[in-house]
Amino acid sequence: MSALLHVDNITKRFGGFVALDGVELMVKPGERLGLIGPNGSGKSTLVNCICGTLQNEGGSVRFDGQVMDGLAAHQRTHRGISRSFQLPRPFHSMNLVDNLRIPLLYTVHARLGPLRSTGDLDARCLELLEMVGLAKKAKQMPRDLTQVEMRKLELARAMAAEPKLLIADESMAGLSHSEIEDILSLLVQLNERGITVILIEHIMSAVMSFSQRLAVLVSGKKIADGKPEDVVRDPEVVRAYIGQ
Amino acid sequence: MNTAKFSLIAIAIGAAVLAFAHWFKVDYLYFASYTILQFIVLATAWNILGGYCGYVNFGSAAFFAMGAYSSVFMHKFYPLPIPVLILIAATVSGIAGFGMGYLTLRLRGSFFAIATLALAVVLQTLVVNWEYVGGSRGAYIIRPENVEFAGITINYIEYLFALMLTLAVLALVTARVIERSQLGFGFATIRDDELAAEACGVPTLRLKLIATTLSGAFMGMAGAPFPYYIGYLQPSSAFGLEYAVNSIAMPMIGGTTSWVGPLVGAILLGSAQQYATVTISSAVNLLIVGLMLVAFVIIAPNGLIGLVQERLRAWRKP
Repeated sequence: MSALLHVDNITKRFGGFVALDGVELMVKPGERLGLIGPNGSGKSTLVNCICGTLQNEGGSVRFDGQVMDGLAAHQRTHRGISRSFQLPRPFHSMNLVDNLRIPLLYTVHARLGPLRSTGDLDARCLELLEMVGLAKKAKQMPRDLTQVEMRKLELARAMAAEPKLLIADESMAGLSHSEIEDILSLLVQLNERGITVILIEHIMSAVMSFSQRLAVLVSGKKIADGKPEDVVRDPEVVRAYIGQ
Repeated sequence: MNTAKFSLIAIAIGAAVLAFAHWFKVDYLYFASYTILQFIVLATAWNILGGYCGYVNFGSAAFFAMGAYSSVFMHKFYPLPIPVLILIAATVSGIAGFGMGYLTLRLRGSFFAIATLALAVVLQTLVVNWEYVGGSRGAYIIRPENVEFAGITINYIEYLFALMLTLAVLALVTARVIERSQLGFGFATIRDDELAAEACGVPTLRLKLIATTLSGAFMGMAGAPFPYYIGYLQPSSAFGLEYAVNSIAMPMIGGTTSWVGPLVGAILLGSAQQYATVTISSAVNLLIVGLMLVAFVIIAPNGLIGLVQERLRAWRKP
């Protein structure tokens, strides 16, 4: 099967600092990939280069058979790449329904044409909120939400764009055990609907139970890629995490 | 309320104001109301970029002056009726707005504000050194006593007043349409979080260019009849600090998230300034703006509209 996402030998520098150094990554359609690495290893930079928030300097990003290099973030969202942010970034002046309305108006409409009426839009927003268990708070503002609810809103908004690939950037950091279970089951549920998911996470138990494959970044380089149980036993990975 | 209904009501209110002013037949009333209406247009135009998108423009005076000076230029080059001059001013200022946006919108926050201020300074320097439009000495525009319109003779001041009233209605209807459209939602996401907006598929740069173009065009439209209103235009009056300050202060005082805010702010602040001009001196105008701005920042940081909304929310939630 051909890859949905092909990150081909990309590099990214910030001045003299090399954040990504020839990273190679393939993701198959429908796959659940875990991406791990110590702090500062370049995980978020990689996500930003895939999503178009940052532009890679060398190499290329191909998605669904198309070259993404040079495309702005919103154009990549239109083509089916969706992300959630490490720190939730809701639209503060809008209630939850309107937060979800944005990707529907700007991405789903751009892709399928303005097919939906206002009523349909509202119904779809509520359906998405229902999926993440926030339907009761539909008319509330993001400031009224708890931390875990904020993460769920973030995922629901990413889902509203009807993506082919969802990148969840540390969507469980700082949550309790049961809250992590909540978010995990949500991500599995999304994957079962056919969405490819890349999970970036520090919480190893979550990554291990979720991922079908695991990639490890250290100092801007990919040092391992394979079955999760094999990768965590890889001596190089152990050295990077624990030291010698 | 749908847009057609709203537009009809706005036009009806405009017509009522016109009829009322005509019935009073006091020239000063026209003069004073013209200024307030001009500020309604300016404040609403500023709010399209500053309020909806969150990009603070300190260069309103530049766009206003561009409109005014495009009228002066046309007056000398090839005199045309004012409605046509308004369209020309809209085009000139709209293009300038687009250009400014293209050059500066990669800047954010205070850097963007400084860039707009710089634009005003650069333009003023250009106009001061441009002899054709009067240079630093300024330009006289002798306005006719009356204007013939469909066989009826109308007093010129009344004519200017009617034009500005039309522009105010147009600006308010446009702002309200934007607010409730996909464009308005897009603008709000830019104000809230640009990175998240892009991730949701919002083409932020394109939307910001639409906002700077629209905002610039309306400011230019407000400036186009100004030389005819004032009779003598010099750079220091067209690029006056009061335009830049008022177009920011009025939406801030009224509230920036809705079309009502700039309207309320312009009426409130504009009337207070007109009252002070006749009772004390026009020199206290900026002082009034300053004091009111300080008061509102402390008492109602979201403007009058924000204050009312907050009270209503608190009242509904026991």
